[in-house]
Amino acid sequence: MSSTEALVQARDLVKHFPTTRGIVFRRKIGAVRAVDGVSFEVRRGETLGIVGETGCGKSTTAKLLMRLLDATAGEIIFEGQDITRAKGAQLKAIRREVQMIFQDPYSSLNPRKTIGSIIGEPFAIHGLERDRDQRKRTVQGLMEMVGLNPEHYNRYPHEFSGGQRQRIGVARALALKPRLLIADEPVSALDVSIQAQVLNLLRDLQRSFGLTLVFIAHDLSVVRHMCDRVAVMYLGKIVEIGPAEALYDFPRHPYTGALLSAVPAVDPTRRGLQRPVLSGDVPSPANPPGACRFHTRCPKAQELCSTQEPLLREQDSGTRVACHFPLTHEELPTIGVRSAG
Amino acid sequence: MSAAEPLLRVEDLRVEFPSEDGVVHAVDGISYQVHRGRTLGIVGESGSGKTVSSLTTLGLTRRQGASISGRILFAGRDLVTLPEEQLRAIRGNDIAMIFQDPLSALHPLYRVGRQLAEAVRAHQDVSKATARASAVELLGLVGIPDPARRAEEYPHEFSGGMRQRAMIAMALVNEPRLLIADEPTTALDVTVQAQILALMERLQRELGMAIVIITHDLGVVAEMADDIAVMYAGRIVETAAAPLVFSEPEHPYTWGLLKSIPTLDRPREEDLVPIPGSPPSLIHPPSGCHFHPRCPYAQPEHSRIDPLLVPVPTEPSHQVACLLEGDERRRLWAALRAGRTPEQALADAGETGALA
Repeated sequence: MSSTEALVQARDLVKHFPTTRGIVFRRKIGAVRAVDGVSFEVRRGETLGIVGETGCGKSTTAKLLMRLLDATAGEIIFEGQDITRAKGAQLKAIRREVQMIFQDPYSSLNPRKTIGSIIGEPFAIHGLERDRDQRKRTVQGLMEMVGLNPEHYNRYPHEFSGGQRQRIGVARALALKPRLLIADEPVSALDVSIQAQVLNLLRDLQRSFGLTLVFIAHDLSVVRHMCDRVAVMYLGKIVEIGPAEALYDFPRHPYTGALLSAVPAVDPTRRGLQRPVLSGDVPSPANPPGACRFHTRCPKAQELCSTQEPLLREQDSGTRVACHFPLTHEELPTIGVRSAG
Repeated sequence: MSAAEPLLRVEDLRVEFPSEDGVVHAVDGISYQVHRGRTLGIVGESGSGKTVSSLTTLGLTRRQGASISGRILFAGRDLVTLPEEQLRAIRGNDIAMIFQDPLSALHPLYRVGRQLAEAVRAHQDVSKATARASAVELLGLVGIPDPARRAEEYPHEFSGGMRQRAMIAMALVNEPRLLIADEPTTALDVTVQAQILALMERLQRELGMAIVIITHDLGVVAEMADDIAVMYAGRIVETAAAPLVFSEPEHPYTWGLLKSIPTLDRPREEDLVPIPGSPPSLIHPPSGCHFHPRCPYAQPEHSRIDPLLVPVPTEPSHQVACLLEGDERRRLWAALRAGRTPEQALADAGETGALA
């Protein structure tokens, strides 16, 4: 793959949060290995989905890309430029290009500011659109674009519903025409009937502006609907990554398979379908299992899995998988994966 | 009581709360029933009244100054008028409830085993040691490994899935006849959700209890429920056997829900059809059909007439509260199912309607 295709590349990205003991004499007693060596790229104009369960490191990965957290190790290459240690003016310039939509539309908007000043704040921060009237016109244009009434320019966040607030967040994120948009669980706090409104909005904007989007969610159906490529994370590692079509039709990593089979089907005729349930809980990222991190819960685990860490390897089915014993086609029905193809 | 008599029968239940801004009409005349060994799924969004109706079943809205009318018949007794002491004997004993957030439902300062034992002793006259033993047994029953050791731990030492298992164990201490589960898996990851749902199904088979599961997740009800009631703005808008709600839904709100969620079975490219607008205020609910302001098919008179929940002609157990003609509804749903937008469906139905 040529590097011109990739807008962002993450190389062996690591983020460890130290765990400490003591208040006066703090000492490090360990580390939560939230992200533990992930490499991927986000191509121009695509939507990359990151899925995984609580504690898999998907939000930490997003914050690393945004440079809201500093990586413990690894590199982030944005447009061919290493931004891992960017500071000052360079960092501010990157922040203009990378914007984020947050999960909670209630806590991510300042309740004391009007919608107009919330959406216009990026301009204020970066010293753009200095003319008051011009800024107002631009902000109202953004409001219209995301389906808000421009006349509500002077209203406050509490006057809006959850779905409308999420639109405000989208308008703010798009104000500076960023090259990369990161959406961290953008619909999981919304009511079912509202989720589709926001998903459609993101999809329309993505199509009409050719946005590059990193879409993080725990809901596998939503990710399938939104994304061109998908990365599945487990305990700080990517276990499988590839085109959405391939990954959902023929999951190769047993964890991907388990996730897919655990999603309840909105179709009662599928009831009673034999599907083994993954047992146990996700181990703590402070003390993850060695070698393959999934081996403690994996139905296919063998001795090799607890001694040697599998690396991401290209599969003929189209995805790259970190597994010594990837799922075969014959195994799909036995794990209860409903292959659409 | 005859064998066909449902375990729980709710009749025209209304619950209203006073608030600073006016009276909140949380539940606006709902009726449903649950039979032994069966599962009723109540589906709705926030503010649909699904939780309030269940809290009322347990008498938990009384203290909040709610005015409650209608009847809640549980094994022949009306829980609405039952004195508090008698209700307390039923709550946690014959009827148990599990909540969405297990961390806030368990006391953080007491060991899990002690909390379970306390729940046993609240309703059974047994020694502390016996109660303790049944607590450990229950933790084992709900699939907590090494239950004797785990009983000595505090809730914060449990993972989310284990806490929900502990909650289920606590709900089961007195072998309830009815279990009310309010969003029992919403806070959990999918693989853990699958474990908890499988556990509830297994326990239902073994103990023969009736379950009311309240959720916004159509996948969860498709998996669990025998019957489904769809709630909107304090009313039941549709109720039927679970498969029918998915194969032949009758209410435009149900269509909206089904078409607005992405699923793993549908083509990836297929567009979602959102329901326009947002859920209404329960202080000033819309007049007439509560759904009319968001309904693409609403006629002017729908804002004046209250729809009644009536059976569809072909299937008496399938009830819908919609003012559209039955034939028109079927034409609309056929078009929607074929991937048409509500506007297109309306045009199609209009044409065929004119031809007919």
